[in-house]
Amino acid sequence: MGEYIWLIPSFPLVGFLLNGLLGRRMPKAFVSWVGCLSVFLSFLFSVFTFFELLRLPPEARLIEVDIFDWIISGEFVTRVGFRIDPLSIVMCLVVSGVGFLIHVYSVGYMHEDPGYPRYFTYLNLFVFMMLILVTANNVLLMFVGWEGVGLCSYLLIGFWYEKDSASNAGKKAFIVNRIGDYGFLLGIFLLLFSLGSKGVWTLNFSELEKNVNLLNENVISLITLLFFIGATGKSAQIPLYVWLPDAMEGPTPVSALIHAATMVTAGVYMIARLHFLYNLAPETMFIVALIGVLTAFLAASIGFAQYDIKRVLAYSTISQLGYMFVGVGVGAYAAGIFHLMTHAFFKALLFLGAGSVMHALAGELDMRKMGGLKKYLPTTHWTFLIACLAIAGIPGFSGFFSKDEILWKAFSSNRGSIFIYILGLVTAGMTAFYMFRLLFNVFYGKERVDEEIKHHVHESPKIMTIPLVILAILSIIGGYVGVPHVLGGGAHFEKFLEPVFKVPHEGEIHHPLSLEIGLMVLSVVVALIGIYFAYLYFLKKPELSESFVQKYPNLYRTVHNKYFVDEIYGFLFVDNLLRFGRFMKNVIDEAIIDGIVNGTGYFLRGLGSVLRFLQSGYVQAYAFSIIIGAILVVGYLLMKVTS
Amino acid sequence: MMDDLSLVMPEVVLCGFGLLLLLIEAFLGEKSKSLLGILTLIAASSALFFVLRLSRLNGEAFFGLYSLDPLASLIKGLILVILVLITVASIRYVERENAIAGEYYPLLIFSTLGMMIMVSTTNLLTIFIGVELMSISVYVLCGMFRENVRSAEASLKYFLLGAFASAFLVYGISLLYGSTGSLDIRAYSEAISAGNYSSVLMLGVALITVGFAFKIALVPFHMWTPDVYEGAPTSVTAFMAAGVKTAAFVTFLRIFYTAFLPVIKDWGGVLWLIAVITMSYANLTALVQENIKRMLAYSSIAHAGYILVAFVTGERSLSSSIIYYLFAYAFMNIGAFTCVMLMERKGEENLDIDSYAGLSGKHPLLSLCLSIFLLSLTGVPPLAGFMAKFYVFSTAIKAGYVWLAIIGVLNSVVAAYYYLRVIMYMYFKEPVKEIGEIDLSSPYFLVVFICIFFLLYLGIFPRDLTLLAEGAVSVFF
Amino acid sequence: MKEYLGILIIILLSSLVAILIVGISYFLGERKPKKVKLLPYECGMTTIGPSRRRISVKYYIFAMLFLIFDIEVLFMYPWAVITKDLKLFGFVEMFIFIVILLIGYFYVWRKGALEWE
Repeated sequence: MGEYIWLIPSFPLVGFLLNGLLGRRMPKAFVSWVGCLSVFLSFLFSVFTFFELLRLPPEARLIEVDIFDWIISGEFVTRVGFRIDPLSIVMCLVVSGVGFLIHVYSVGYMHEDPGYPRYFTYLNLFVFMMLILVTANNVLLMFVGWEGVGLCSYLLIGFWYEKDSASNAGKKAFIVNRIGDYGFLLGIFLLLFSLGSKGVWTLNFSELEKNVNLLNENVISLITLLFFIGATGKSAQIPLYVWLPDAMEGPTPVSALIHAATMVTAGVYMIARLHFLYNLAPETMFIVALIGVLTAFLAASIGFAQYDIKRVLAYSTISQLGYMFVGVGVGAYAAGIFHLMTHAFFKALLFLGAGSVMHALAGELDMRKMGGLKKYLPTTHWTFLIACLAIAGIPGFSGFFSKDEILWKAFSSNRGSIFIYILGLVTAGMTAFYMFRLLFNVFYGKERVDEEIKHHVHESPKIMTIPLVILAILSIIGGYVGVPHVLGGGAHFEKFLEPVFKVPHEGEIHHPLSLEIGLMVLSVVVALIGIYFAYLYFLKKPELSESFVQKYPNLYRTVHNKYFVDEIYGFLFVDNLLRFGRFMKNVIDEAIIDGIVNGTGYFLRGLGSVLRFLQSGYVQAYAFSIIIGAILVVGYLLMKVTS
Repeated sequence: MMDDLSLVMPEVVLCGFGLLLLLIEAFLGEKSKSLLGILTLIAASSALFFVLRLSRLNGEAFFGLYSLDPLASLIKGLILVILVLITVASIRYVERENAIAGEYYPLLIFSTLGMMIMVSTTNLLTIFIGVELMSISVYVLCGMFRENVRSAEASLKYFLLGAFASAFLVYGISLLYGSTGSLDIRAYSEAISAGNYSSVLMLGVALITVGFAFKIALVPFHMWTPDVYEGAPTSVTAFMAAGVKTAAFVTFLRIFYTAFLPVIKDWGGVLWLIAVITMSYANLTALVQENIKRMLAYSSIAHAGYILVAFVTGERSLSSSIIYYLFAYAFMNIGAFTCVMLMERKGEENLDIDSYAGLSGKHPLLSLCLSIFLLSLTGVPPLAGFMAKFYVFSTAIKAGYVWLAIIGVLNSVVAAYYYLRVIMYMYFKEPVKEIGEIDLSSPYFLVVFICIFFLLYLGIFPRDLTLLAEGAVSVFF
Repeated sequence: MKEYLGILIIILLSSLVAILIVGISYFLGERKPKKVKLLPYECGMTTIGPSRRRISVKYYIFAMLFLIFDIEVLFMYPWAVITKDLKLFGFVEMFIFIVILLIGYFYVWRKGALEWE
């Protein structure tokens, strides 16, 4: 079965082609079945492959299949090939599994939309590209997937392109990502040429890993930094995070799939995949962890003052991605990926729950117009609650294990530092606060729903609630695959990934168990404090939060306006670029270049109309021309011979 | 004897079918046209079958008058594919333009036979027989629109000038024979290395150059081309542009790279000049053409000039770029001319560029296909036309002919103007005149799609063909 | 180059002689042009109509066919001389050759090229 791993990404491709070519002419049921089934087959196949991997001894868990030669240029050969190892199979399972649930959910959510077939076409294309990204066995093919998911993200953010804000958000996402991709691309070039100058022309991961020590340390730092710029774009980190909140203009299941569970984690996956490079670049690692924790903190603080439920979730996503970067940044790749997985469960659940709320309230997003929805939407409420507990890091839920693992590694690993740990810990408390603020505002307290909408408030259909329930179960049990040793678990997840990362154990500082347990308790306490404050401010005494706003109006305004980052970027970059562009168009292009080009064109055409008179149509003239030519050729050659 | 025959099976099959078709046509008359088309397809595919079966063989037959090698097999394959495409495109064309007589198909076959003979030998006499068989058939094919004055004029002009050029060729052959005592081109390079560097030999080289320069339409031996390409039935024009040029170029290549490489510094100079004049003259004149067939005629002259850029370098190992170019060139020309055929109808040729104005509105598919071919002719990636130009010019640069490459690239920039102009007319202009229904029946589009497929395939995966071509040009070592 | 010098001399000499003969008679001869003297010679008769008449294409087709088959038959002479040496191979080859010719003949016949009317 190993050699058929290319089938994993192929199913969604087939779904994409079927829906894209036939979808509009087929009944909706066809579109839904093709859309969901193709992703489900990928998931099924990933599960089979997973068990296949488990049967192999840990060191041998690597299946690599080359499909065909793609680019051959001198010594450089790149093949379209796939690679399944513990890391990529985890990603495959998450992408296709969560993806499948979101597809099913979408059947209910998008049912009334006229763009239904288009939606599923894009969604299948996305899953295809995402699976290419995570199964590619070389950097270049991974880049194809990377760009492909970017394209799908653009298409789906702007899915309701009649809306100005949606198409603008799509463009913003695309352009901001382009900046990051530029860094990524430069990184690929630098990697290729610096290895090539040592005589190794390859971009294949295994071969790169083998030859990585040929590279000079400074070059590695630069390469990894460039790759990280790509990651900040795709995974919405400082300074390129600004596109993700706007991306919420897309349909909610899209936000769940692309902008929470899968695509935005591509940056984390990429760093984990290239861990052999990052391991050799401690400076970059530190920058990764630092940017991660700063992003986590900053985004969480913005989350305090947003009223749009999807935007709160978006900032929470940015913040959680920051955690993952802290994880990979301190060398705890397995912890980062672990958090990636649990986050995929509970964040997808949160988004889908938000979608269910919107569905019930005719598209309402403002949490000030919600409240007390608990009794109308029981399933949504319960699942949402579970997700909030998971993201807040309450023991027993998946988020607890993964987040705590990251915090512990940030503290204990020799790459970590106390500063990062403390900032991470504070952020954990903030996370609990703003998530429960959201929960209380939406489901508890006074009902603030508009009167005319209130009559229609209803729980979502089964096809939407069942994925919620499944994700809720996953959000609880998903963490138990990685229970740390200190809690009596086997850390199976870490062990499973170990052959990929080959973590060096020597040189690690051993900390007493009591310290680990103590810190664990500390983070739980911090989370509980966050929840308590949320309870206090938004449920028990809502007037407290209002008085806070009145007391510090400037602080509130700054945070509510996201620290004016969009405005600063606009002033610094966008306006200047536009001015420059206008100058190029009006002066350089239209006046100078066009002048030269048109002038040349007129001149050549004039020359041509003179030459055409030679073509008289008389056969004698033609024969004469042959004679002249013959005399010239003969004369030239004879002169050559005699001279 | 039997071994000899087994080597020439493709030719034997083709010849047999040609004669059979001639008889069928003579005895059944007008009614048999569609049958003849199908039989031609069968003939071409069975010949292709034998070519493929023999493709791994090397050998000589008939006392060295005929030889089979990778180059011959590859080009014969291409020529037969061209025949298949032209035949498929002709099936409706011949019916629509009822003026075309039934001899059309047998003549196509005989002309193809001539091409196959000329690329599959190292003997100048056999080459000459092939050239004449090909040419005479094509002269007649050009005049197939018997009622049409331009067609008759084209045929007569081509015949007169062709006979004139053949005289140069055969005189050149006789001089070479006179100075070396052999008709086998492999003997010449030895003779030259052994010190035979006489003016008689060079005179022979010069006259052979003139003969082939006429066949592949290099300036100043090109004057017939616009008139003949315009006047001939469009299917024949496509056949000439793709088939005749390929066969003549490969033969030219084979003679010069096998026999005259030791004196390349002599003929290289003259061909350098001819390449520059050909490219520049053809592109400049094409700029002002209003008739699309004439425009494509000049374009084909220009492309011959591009190929010559690689030719003059004398780099045997890099000459595979010429083979690649010929493949790409054949597919894009057949495709473009098939689109032109779709625009034609009885009594109304729609050949002027105004007929194409606003075509995209009414016939989006046709406009798209034609645009693809024109873009490939321009040399836009990922189409094969781009890779072809890339290989040819990089050959020139690698061999140190930087200026020639620069002139070539500049010329392709000029060429972009007249190719893109047609696209501009199709997409951005309002229709000038009413174009009637277009025959969207499958034979034409089959050809168009096959051509597009090959252009994309060769453009994206050029490696497959370049490997074959490198194998083919290994015969020069 | 030297070996062709003789030819060049001959060409020059013969042209010189030709020019001399025509030129001398031109300068020395006496000319008294009359109408009858200047008419084209046609058996002493006055010419009727233009001399460049168009001739029916059938003449040409006949002439061409004659020429083709004539030359093909000519090809049999050298074959006949060595036919014994060529054995069966030569016989088969000539047989094929004649069959092809016959096909051409049938074609010409069916197309009516052999009929005058």
